[in-house]
Amino acid sequence: MDFPGKGLISGLAVTGKNFLESFQGGDGLTTVQYPEEKIKVQEAYRNFPFLVYDESPDQLRCVACKICEKECPPQCIYIIEDKEVKGKAQRRPRVFDIDFTVCMGCQICVEVCPFEAIKMDQVYELSSFNRFEDQLKHKEDLLKSSEYYEEIHPTEGKAVNAKIRAQLEKKKKADEAKAAVIPSEPQAGS
Amino acid sequence: MNNQPDPTVLESPGGPRAYTVTPSDEGLQTLEISLGPQHPSTHGVFRMDIVVDGETVIKLKPVFGYLHRNHEKIAESTTWLGTMPYTDRLDYFCSMSNNWGYALAVEKLAGIQVPERAEYLRVIMAELTRIVNHTCLVGFFINDLGAWGTPLLYAFREREKILDLFEAASGARMMCNYMRFGGCRVDVPAGWLDQARKIVDEYPAFLDEFEKLICGNEIIMARTQGVGTLSPALAVNSSMTGPMLRASGVAYDLRKHAPYGIYSQFDFRIPLGDVGDCYDRYFIRLLEMRESLKILKQALDKIPEGPVSADIKIRNFKPAAGEAYSRIESPKGELGFYVISDGSTRPHRYHVRGPSFVNLTVLEDMCLGQKIADAVVILGSIDIVLGEVDR
Repeated sequence: MDFPGKGLISGLAVTGKNFLESFQGGDGLTTVQYPEEKIKVQEAYRNFPFLVYDESPDQLRCVACKICEKECPPQCIYIIEDKEVKGKAQRRPRVFDIDFTVCMGCQICVEVCPFEAIKMDQVYELSSFNRFEDQLKHKEDLLKSSEYYEEIHPTEGKAVNAKIRAQLEKKKKADEAKAAVIPSEPQAGS
Repeated sequence: MNNQPDPTVLESPGGPRAYTVTPSDEGLQTLEISLGPQHPSTHGVFRMDIVVDGETVIKLKPVFGYLHRNHEKIAESTTWLGTMPYTDRLDYFCSMSNNWGYALAVEKLAGIQVPERAEYLRVIMAELTRIVNHTCLVGFFINDLGAWGTPLLYAFREREKILDLFEAASGARMMCNYMRFGGCRVDVPAGWLDQARKIVDEYPAFLDEFEKLICGNEIIMARTQGVGTLSPALAVNSSMTGPMLRASGVAYDLRKHAPYGIYSQFDFRIPLGDVGDCYDRYFIRLLEMRESLKILKQALDKIPEGPVSADIKIRNFKPAAGEAYSRIESPKGELGFYVISDGSTRPHRYHVRGPSFVNLTVLEDMCLGQKIADAVVILGSIDIVLGEVDR
């Protein structure tokens, strides 16, 4: 049966139904009280990059190859390689800055990194009182452990960390073998 | 009305012919209004220079460029891959389709084959994007008509469910950056397809609810039916595409008429409008969402296992010299990417054909003779995103 205002009334019935459902909780209530309640972020969620280290903060995975600096679309990464006085490259960054006001969180630095050294973070409460300096993150601010990486990206992190740890182990053994061989040489000669 | 010719017949020695003159401007009191660029109804930073006689629009000039960000120049000065996240920011409601359009152009240029699972994932993402875009559009459109809040928030509630899917797959709700040359960046996580199936199954209930909520509303019908009519001839002549064109009754959909990806394998139909007024443009979107759900159902049932990306090295990607143009049916219309490569790591020329920009060109034709309040509604029914108009 059609009568004037039928569309209006049936629309209001829908509004009323939704209003009542929002008191029942469950699917009817879709929002949370943010600062007190938080929704757990999804595993794939990304916002800004951080630098991964193994064991201690001076054991950075980054070797300052500058591929991410080159590939970064908005050019927000700035790297200076660490060099000794004589100019020999140390294969680690002295300066590693990321400007969070410029970074757009596209994850391209993570994709191009051949050393699994830069990963995406999930910390989203990043407001600061200073507009520029506090958002320019230096190496010290960006350092996070490989355990943290495994914690926020469990599926992907486990495989990557296992691979890197196996490599480190292999390198350590090779170094030990080398160190064991070198001092024994003069003894053999004498 | 002052823009109509005066029907006075003029005498002529050559025989009885109906020569007419336009009315004189003497005594005509017009008012020039600058609507925007910060006006909330203009969907971003867009300005309309409107000349009104009383409440009737007699002249309208769209002014845009406030959000110009040098998109094409940026693309030409960054790497091929580096342009991908910038395409997200063209039409920020449909980042997945934009990614696909650009990836398609570069794949054509470099001759890359895409694995089958990636093709299915692309179709799933693109159709979900269409649903997201149309859901937002119907919400905003009703908002422009003065129904503040309620329908828009119902639409956003449903949209958020799909954005959660995008986040689980790509890591970001809106700036997905998900497609790559030769496939997709990563496979979807475990359980994602079941979650998508659940949302697709539940979606028609929301569409029914939305139709009941507002589509039969007498005020909506009075405000939109017969307002801003676009004739099929004008729509074709001014290169309209997408729902704008189909609302005028012209059957043209790239998914059917120039199939890309694997769209030719799916069974779906194109909804067509009757009159071409604001109500048709609004309702056609609700109908298109139902067709998209059909495609999604088929794609989610048939998706095979396998790799999601061809073996392409992403560092130092250099396609061979040449040019390519690809076009896809983005939710707003025909989205085209034209790229020229000179064999180096960056595009030599990169051009985007944005559907919102082209669809905006008929704004004046649709608004003339309408009331000024209807100009806002007509603009809302075009479905523009300023990120794509200005680029």
